[in-house]
Amino acid sequence: MKLTAPLVYGLIACILLVSAPHADHLPLWASAVGAALLAWRTYLTASGNPLPARWLLLIITFGSVLAIAISFHTLFGREAGVTLLILLAALKLMELRALRDATVLVYLSCFIIITNFFYSQSIPTALFMLFTLLVIMATWVHLQTGTLALKPRLRIAAILLLQAIPLALVLFVLFPRVQGPLWGMPQDAYATSGLSDTMSPGSMSKLSLSDAVAFRVTFNDQVPRRDQLYWRGPVLWDFDGTTWTRGRNATVQRPTLSDTGSPVDYTVTLEPHNKRWLFALDMPSKLSIAADFAPDFQLLSKEPVNARIRYNATSQLSYRANPLEAPLQLRRALTLPRGFNPQTRQLAAEWRARGIGDDELIRTALANFSQNNFSYTLEPPPLGINSVDDFLFTTRQGFCEHYASSFVFLMRAAGIPARVVTGYQGGEYNDLGGYYILRQSDAHAWTEVWLQDRGWVRIDPTAAISPARIQSGLRAALPNDTALPFLIRTQSPLLLKLRFNFDALTNQWNQWVLGYNSERQFAFLTRLGMEDVSWQNMALDMLAGVALLTGIFTLLLLRRMLPKQADAVQTAWLKLCRKLAKVGLPRAPHEGAMDYAKRVAIARPELQQAMHDLATCYVALRYGRANEKQDVAAFKDAVRAFKL
Amino acid sequence: MFATFKRLFRNWAFRRSVESGTLVLNQRRIYIVPSRQGFGFALVLLMMLLGDINYNLSLGYVLTFLLATMAGLTMLYAFRNLAQLEIHAGYVEPVFAGEQAHFVFHFNNPGTLPRYQIHLHDDDGHHTVFDLPAQRSTPIELTIPATRRGWMDSGRLTLYTHFPLGLFYAWTYIHFEVRCLVYPKPAAPQPLPASSAQDGIGKVLAAGDEDFSGLRNYVAGDAMPRIAWKALAREQGLQVKQFTSQQGRELWLDWSQLPNIAQERKLELLARWVLDADAQGLMYGLRLPDGEVAPQNNPAQRTECLRRLALFGLEEA
Repeated sequence: MKLTAPLVYGLIACILLVSAPHADHLPLWASAVGAALLAWRTYLTASGNPLPARWLLLIITFGSVLAIAISFHTLFGREAGVTLLILLAALKLMELRALRDATVLVYLSCFIIITNFFYSQSIPTALFMLFTLLVIMATWVHLQTGTLALKPRLRIAAILLLQAIPLALVLFVLFPRVQGPLWGMPQDAYATSGLSDTMSPGSMSKLSLSDAVAFRVTFNDQVPRRDQLYWRGPVLWDFDGTTWTRGRNATVQRPTLSDTGSPVDYTVTLEPHNKRWLFALDMPSKLSIAADFAPDFQLLSKEPVNARIRYNATSQLSYRANPLEAPLQLRRALTLPRGFNPQTRQLAAEWRARGIGDDELIRTALANFSQNNFSYTLEPPPLGINSVDDFLFTTRQGFCEHYASSFVFLMRAAGIPARVVTGYQGGEYNDLGGYYILRQSDAHAWTEVWLQDRGWVRIDPTAAISPARIQSGLRAALPNDTALPFLIRTQSPLLLKLRFNFDALTNQWNQWVLGYNSERQFAFLTRLGMEDVSWQNMALDMLAGVALLTGIFTLLLLRRMLPKQADAVQTAWLKLCRKLAKVGLPRAPHEGAMDYAKRVAIARPELQQAMHDLATCYVALRYGRANEKQDVAAFKDAVRAFKL
Repeated sequence: MFATFKRLFRNWAFRRSVESGTLVLNQRRIYIVPSRQGFGFALVLLMMLLGDINYNLSLGYVLTFLLATMAGLTMLYAFRNLAQLEIHAGYVEPVFAGEQAHFVFHFNNPGTLPRYQIHLHDDDGHHTVFDLPAQRSTPIELTIPATRRGWMDSGRLTLYTHFPLGLFYAWTYIHFEVRCLVYPKPAAPQPLPASSAQDGIGKVLAAGDEDFSGLRNYVAGDAMPRIAWKALAREQGLQVKQFTSQQGRELWLDWSQLPNIAQERKLELLARWVLDADAQGLMYGLRLPDGEVAPQNNPAQRTECLRRLALFGLEEA
């Protein structure tokens, strides 16, 4: 088998298909080098020019490895590894000399498909995987068959793929799942997107541009009002003039909730974000999985969330949160960086000097936002070193982080303990799936102030300037020409319906395919009626299922090898011949019907008449014009009745 | 040592009698083992599975299982590619030693499924690859160089396929009772032997007067009617027409008259003479220590003489 041009094109297509999905996260130079190598190889094949010399390839290989080492500072880890693999595959294409190289390339492309799943495991990715697999299989068959045309090759590949799907399904359901990881994995093994534990001007508005799903929520009974849907994430205490950070809690005491009311029950399916925090409605009181309750009502899981998880939670919508806060924590909630924002400090001091109470002061601060031409925008002007001063007195345009940050600063300056809370607000209801979707664009920052006897009280300064943000979401709150992600901007009912359909499908996919871990497997198999779900039983069932399906396939596959079924007349005739063969009178392959009848008649004179009639009838039916249905039936009956 | 042991084992494990008639490849005849590539792919799958478990990649499991089941199914495909083929051996044309013997096998594919990339080879690596269209009989030729005169056996042949992905090696052994007759390699051209007058039977090149065979220069005493007047008219000098008589020209190619050379050389020389005599249309006979063939000139004579030479001194199996 030679490496013909169509085969080389097939291999180029394989490498192109498996590396294309990586284009958006590979470094630009790597994509460019890969594309250039593929184009070069295509040109060489089309023009029939010889492959480049080995020393040139060595230089390119060495250069690529060096470039990877420089841009990633390592050759290991996910990103560097994937880049290396793709470039090596493209280089292997340049030194394709023997059939063995082609086989190596096919194996390599199968392997590169799997690396794409680090980045995406969505339904479109799965469909693309099937398409890629089809192309790889067709090329692979080409390796073995050589001259076969594209169409029959694609046919063989497609049939093979279709037959493999049910078997793979059995394996997928029953293959005993092991809770990974088997070995330590590089830190960058998981994609991260979502809230971080710091907040500076611009961090929230940047997140708002993504319509990636953060988590999905199903409420078990009644659904809270929209302005109660504050999904609590990291709580930020420490401010350095520009950035808020979580800092260290001064106490390890579990926070207390008193006078609780309006409990809500719900289930959260959280997308992996590679951080420890879990999201729950203000204020969580119960959680189904093991997690820490930080003193500031943050839920922290034991391990970073690097796989999709589900948990049930109960929250209390009315509460008094930690009315007996530790003094050290209260002192943290009053700390301000020295020397920053003198104007803001002065404003707070002025308000304080009026001798008004804490409640009144908060109202004044909020009124300050709503009355002084503040606006809510995704693209605020940049701020200087005194960011709060600039925002409050000069630009007056900002996103939620600007409002939260300046409000907390004002409160602290006025002597009221306050802190920033980040998380998500609102959610989009999918009535097909009956759940809420929280996207990164729902990311929000609000504040909490601590008041004597009432504990921590949630104040959302954004609500003061843009009530629509809280009531109807980001789209309603921003002007129409704002650059928002497509999914948030669109309002067409048809698109909306399609989008909900797709998200409902995605949710099922996430639950049943991507989230199919050892727990799900146990639950599912128990529901199917498997009594003792152990890995031994699963393995046995898996083998049994595979054996059963393989048996069915064997029958189906081998049927086509046998000679084609003869027509009814011939079948009957052959049956007659078999009967005679049993008594030692087999028909010779060359023997015609009449001759055979004569020979049988000589050997067994008593059969003469019957044989003659049958042979005449057969000849008439098969070679003559008489082919009526009842004649055929009569012939069949006669054969059946023929006894020896 | 290991190779010897392996060969002995193979001969024992796959011992089969020689076939005659039509052979149908059934499941008892077809063996399948993973190929080296198959083991390589299994290793790739194992690495993928470890990756899936470690990184908990559900879609990775799907891909791994799809590839694994496809790889497994190709075992069935490989078997199916050979199964139910009907093979019978065809007539093999005799050849001279040093030429290629063309063993012909008729492969009938009775099913509706085309068969791809079937390889046929003997133990010495002579090899042919072919596809078999559905519901048709295809003659397949395996050429093996003929080295020695006599009967040449095709030996045990291996029929195998790697279809469709090269992960499995499905094979069967076929050994038909089919032989190719190999004539001795003709020696370099040499003049035919002169007639030997002593025995009184063989007279070579006796002049006769039946068939015109050419012109020769006039020698005094030649009969007037034999002078070629037309040649004289063309100013070609005085020439005489020559006639030969077939009847009197029996050429005996006699083993005993040959110089004292090795037996095989003698056979080669005789083979050469048989060809030349046949080409010149002479009546020739062959006399060997174990018998003789009466002089004749026709294709059957040539075949018979060459056959005698091919099998001389060999036990006819």
